[in-house]
Amino acid sequence: MAILIFVLFVVLVVGLSFYLGNKTRTSSGYYAAGGKIHWGVNGIAFAGDYLSAASFLGICGLIATIGYDGFLYSIGYLAGWVVALFVVAEPLKRLGKYTFTDAVDANYNSRGIKLAAAISTLVVSICYLIPQMVGAGVLVEPLLGIPHAWGVLMVGAIVITIVATAGMASTTYVQFLKGALLIIFSTILVGAVVARGLTTHPDQGGKVELYPYAKLAATRSGADIQVADPAYTVVEIQQVKGGLEFVRLQKDGKDSWWHAVESDGGLTLEEGQYVVVRPDGKWINGAPASESNQLRQVGNLEAVRGETNVKTGPLSVFEFLADITDKGTLVKTWKSSAFTDSEGHKVTVYYPKLVSGDRIMRPGLKFKLEGTFFERLDFLSLMLALFLGTAALPHILIRYYTVPSPASARKSTIVAIAAIGFFYILTLFMGLGAMVNGSLNPADSNMAAPLLARSFSEILFAVISAIAFATVLGTVSGLIVAASGAVAHDLFDRFFKFKMDDRQKVRAGKISAFVIGGIAILLGILFKGMNVSFLVGLAFAVAASANLPAIVMLLFWKKTTARGIAASILTGMLSSLALIALSPELYTLYGLNPLDAPIPISNPGIISIPLSFITLVVVSLLTQKTKSAA
Amino acid sequence: MLHEPATPAGKDPASPFKVRLGIWMFLAYALFYASFVAINLLKPQAMAEVVFAGLNLATVYGFALIIVALAEALIYDWLCRRKEAYYKNLEKGQE
Repeated sequence: MAILIFVLFVVLVVGLSFYLGNKTRTSSGYYAAGGKIHWGVNGIAFAGDYLSAASFLGICGLIATIGYDGFLYSIGYLAGWVVALFVVAEPLKRLGKYTFTDAVDANYNSRGIKLAAAISTLVVSICYLIPQMVGAGVLVEPLLGIPHAWGVLMVGAIVITIVATAGMASTTYVQFLKGALLIIFSTILVGAVVARGLTTHPDQGGKVELYPYAKLAATRSGADIQVADPAYTVVEIQQVKGGLEFVRLQKDGKDSWWHAVESDGGLTLEEGQYVVVRPDGKWINGAPASESNQLRQVGNLEAVRGETNVKTGPLSVFEFLADITDKGTLVKTWKSSAFTDSEGHKVTVYYPKLVSGDRIMRPGLKFKLEGTFFERLDFLSLMLALFLGTAALPHILIRYYTVPSPASARKSTIVAIAAIGFFYILTLFMGLGAMVNGSLNPADSNMAAPLLARSFSEILFAVISAIAFATVLGTVSGLIVAASGAVAHDLFDRFFKFKMDDRQKVRAGKISAFVIGGIAILLGILFKGMNVSFLVGLAFAVAASANLPAIVMLLFWKKTTARGIAASILTGMLSSLALIALSPELYTLYGLNPLDAPIPISNPGIISIPLSFITLVVVSLLTQKTKSAA
Repeated sequence: MLHEPATPAGKDPASPFKVRLGIWMFLAYALFYASFVAINLLKPQAMAEVVFAGLNLATVYGFALIIVALAEALIYDWLCRRKEAYYKNLEKGQE
């Protein structure tokens, strides 16, 4: 049933795209849907474009694992639309034709700007494509039972078909459909979450009883640990970075890994879950991995307002949040740690950690707001990039060219703010719902929202997954249109001045879409396992650094020169990419110690955005004489 | 202009007003957003204070940032439309 609904949805989306594709014959139709889209449709399509896999899968997953810190992404992503509306929407609509490059180059006709802006569009679009493709693989894996790589490949193939058939027109209507459905079904899901209320024994809708994780009393003598229960023997002890200690126990010939916790009452070993990669394959919780032996879903409340055996029944939206916020509420969250055991096998242990509700519901679990100077700077940097990134995303900017007038651009942005803002409020309920309803895969937070839907019904799971999949399809389509526009229109047509008639321009766009789609598929496979919202945060930082200073200064500073814009775009793009490549988060991805990273922060915006602005001002002042000749 | 827009826009006498208004409304919101970031950085414990219906400052301020964005957007649109209508009427009167 779930697969049937999913397939029907995908067929509907692709069918719509083919139908609209027959209407697209000109480059104006391909890149800007002929500039004839109604502002209301465009507003919801904006929401469809923007509420990508990162918003739906990534933010819900982040909130489910790190609480309010995940909601900071929702706040930042929405706040960015204020910049788009008040600063960029109408003036940009007046300037451009099809692409971001057209807009920044409108008053200059500079080859330098064309090249820099086209490269920047390509880079930002590809940075944004990676998390979408990762999200696609994550979704398809449990739904269709196919490997991550095949999921990514499938999305790539469908999206390339959509883009190559009709370009911006089909992308717009797919986004409209998907954006509307996403908001409607997320509202239904949140209604179901608050109607269920809170319980200390979530059972995934009566399907799976909450697993009773055991605790064992133990004593320490020197470097050894003894377990009070004689049925267990200690096999090995692993000290892991961060002051963590894990103990491998054996009972009836079966191994298991436990988290050693020191407290006032002495030493306790807490049961968790674990994955061991052995030469004969992956083992989960002491048995070979199989369809029936996977990591157990986790996430529950241990106490609600100080009481340990609670089932509240239906709650209002305020009561739901207030009960979780209470100091007496205890949430069992899950962390993971990886190390190599004494036999040389790679072990990942997932262990529980109790956190009080008031700690979950304020910032600080991920972003160390009371930590070192650089940890706080990292937070500031992220919030700056989220605020300034939206108005610099090429696939969002090109949507301003699909409406007939500057006033329509403004109105469609307001519709987008209403739709997106409402959705982001829902993310807090969906994320917290997943956190307390046993709807989290401890190894991958991205599936929190669909798994939450599954705890209500398989049909809701299928619908939510299909919408999430369409979300990925729509966003990737928009990104590929933007990126193919950069290659075919900005580079081939305007920078290299290839002689092409209108049909050839459309064909060049479609060929570019194929190539960029192929690159996206490859990167989606390579970046498997990273939280998609974190990756989007980085794409925002690159966009804000490379594009925003150019847009703002050309609109509001008369001394801006073509060389200033080109230098600013290149400086912002290269500096943000370099800072990301040398950051602790990427060092972890390379398999290196994050403490060895030369750049102490993971979000580059606080350095690269001002650097890009300064570059624009300095180069513009130095090139005032060449302003008209550039 | 060297590269014309896909759909040419006519002359808009309300444009300077809209640009000025946009900048002021952007600055007002940026201040509101910056205050949120500043509280988090300078006094993060304050975010845990319960301020309304059992909700803490973090939740209320977070929702407020979303709701105020929409409210400002609607006010901005209303003021822009009023100005556009004013110039349209003026144009009609001159005809």
